[in-house]
Amino acid sequence: MKGWLSRLGLRAIMLGYLAVILVGPLAIVFWRTFEDGFAPAWDALTTPETLNALKLTLIITAIAVPVNTIFGIVCALAIVRRRFRGKGLLNAFIDLPLALSPVVVGLSLFLLYGQDGWFGSWLDERGIDVLFALPSMVIATIFVSLPFVAREVVPTLREIGDEQEQAAQTLGASGWQTFWRITLPSIRWAVIYGVILTTARCLGEYGAVAVVSGRLQGQTETATLRVQERYEAFDLAGAYAISIVLALIAMLVLVAMTVIRPKEEAA
Amino acid sequence: MTEVALNRPARSGASRDRAATALSLGFVTTFLMVMVGLPLAALTWEATSEGTQSFWDAVSSPESVAALKLTLVASFAVSLLNAVLGTITAWVLVRDDFRGKTVVNAIIDLPFALPTIVAGLTLLALYGPTSPVGIDVAFSRTAIVLALMFVTLPFVVRTVQPVLQELDPEIEEAAHSLGASHTRTFVRVILPNILPGILSGVALAFAKAVGEFGSLVIITGNIPFETEVSSVHIYGRIESGDSSGAAAVAVVLLAISFLTLLSIGVIRHIATRHDR
Repeated sequence: MKGWLSRLGLRAIMLGYLAVILVGPLAIVFWRTFEDGFAPAWDALTTPETLNALKLTLIITAIAVPVNTIFGIVCALAIVRRRFRGKGLLNAFIDLPLALSPVVVGLSLFLLYGQDGWFGSWLDERGIDVLFALPSMVIATIFVSLPFVAREVVPTLREIGDEQEQAAQTLGASGWQTFWRITLPSIRWAVIYGVILTTARCLGEYGAVAVVSGRLQGQTETATLRVQERYEAFDLAGAYAISIVLALIAMLVLVAMTVIRPKEEAA
Repeated sequence: MTEVALNRPARSGASRDRAATALSLGFVTTFLMVMVGLPLAALTWEATSEGTQSFWDAVSSPESVAALKLTLVASFAVSLLNAVLGTITAWVLVRDDFRGKTVVNAIIDLPFALPTIVAGLTLLALYGPTSPVGIDVAFSRTAIVLALMFVTLPFVVRTVQPVLQELDPEIEEAAHSLGASHTRTFVRVILPNILPGILSGVALAFAKAVGEFGSLVIITGNIPFETEVSSVHIYGRIESGDSSGAAAVAVVLLAISFLTLLSIGVIRHIATRHDR
C-alpha cells in the first residue's frame, strides 16, 4: 500500500516537473501562434527575410552535417580499431565542443578569421570573406556539432567487435570493401542516430553563429537569429511562427530518435 | 607489436594496416587541429598577448566577477535540482508503468532537439509579462534558473536511466522483504549503483549551464550585476569591440569546461574500476 502511494507520488512529481519546465511553455507558444487562426502565422512566416533565414539555416546544415558525419565515422574507427599514443587526449578533445560555451566558440573563430586575426590579413589580401559571411557560419556550426556522430558510433563499434572485419580481410577483401560491406552496415543505425542529433544541433545553433555572422539581415541571418531579431522588433507573431517551425522539426527529431534507438540497441 | 604481426595473414596486410592507421589518424588530427585547436589557440593568444596584467584586469573587473559568480551559483543550483529531479524522472521511467510512458520518454530529449533561443522564447511566453497563469519572472534570476533547468533537463535522466535498467529489481525487492524501508533501500541499495551516473550527468549539466547563452538572451534581459551571466557578458564585450577582454573571460570559461570534462573522465574511470 505504501509502495503504491510513493510510486504515484514520484510519478506526479516527475510529470509535474516536465509540465512546468518543458510542455507548458511550448504549449503556450503553439496556442498563441494559432490563436487567430492559421493565416496570420503563415503570413508571418512567409516574409522574404524569414524565408531567407530559413534557407540559410538549411544551407549551413546541408554542408555541416555531411562533413561531421564523415569525420565522425573516421574518428570513431580510429579510436576503436587503431592503436596509437594519445588516444585519451583525442577522446577528451572530441568532447570539448559539448562542454564549451557557443559564445566562446564564436569568439575563437572571430579571433582567428577576423580582420586582426591570425588568418585575417592573409584572407583579406585574397579577397576571401570568411567572417560575417557563410564560411565562418558553417565552420562555427561544424565546431558545435562535431562530436555527435563519433560519440554514437564508438560504443556500437566496440560492441560488434572486429572478428567479421578480420574474417573479410583474411578472405582477401580490401580495406574499402571491408568498410562498405561489413563495418558500415553494422553501424548504420548508430550513424543515422548521430546524423539526426547533428542535424538538430546545426538547425538550432545560435550563440556561435550570433558572434561570427554579423547578423546582416537578408544575408547572414539564420532562422534562430531571425527569431531574436523579430522578438526585439516587437513582432511576437513573427518570432513565434519561426519558433513553431523549429519546434516542429525538433519534434520530428524526437520521433526519429524514438524509432531508431531500439534498432541501434538491437544492432 | 609481435602480437599484431601474428594476427595478420600477410606482411603486406600489416603494412597496409599501418598506412591506414596513419591516414585516418592524420585526417582526424588535422581536422581537429584546424576546426578546434587553432581557434582555441587564437583565443588564448588574444587573452594573454597583452600580458598577464591586462588579462587579470579584464577577469577581475567587478562586472566580470559578478557575472562569473552568478553563472557558477546558478549552474550549481541547477545541477543539484537536476540530480534530484533527474533521478526521480529516470526511476519513474524505468520502474513505473503508465499509459503514454513512451511519449514522456521521448519528450525528455526535447531540450536537445529544440533550439535554445526557442526555449527562451517559450519560457517567456508562459512565465513572462504576458503570462496566462499570472507568473512573471522575466528579467530576474529565477528566469535564469528556469532557462538552465530547461536546457539541462535530459542529462541526469539519460545517464541514470541505463544504469537503473541494468539494476535487477529483485535486489530492491529482497531488501524490502528483509524489512528495509523505502528510504533505506534507496540509500543503501540503489544509490551506490547509480551514483556515478548521477555525478557524470550532473557534471554534463553543469558544463552546459555554465556555457549557456541562447536561452538566456531573451528571458534574462541581461542586466549587468543583476542577471548578466558570463557568456552574455563575453558577448557584450565583443559587441563593444573589447575582444581581448572578451577573450580573457572566455579563457576562464574554457578552463571551467576543461575541468568539468576532466572530472567526468575521473568519475567514469572510478566507476568502471568499481565494476571489475
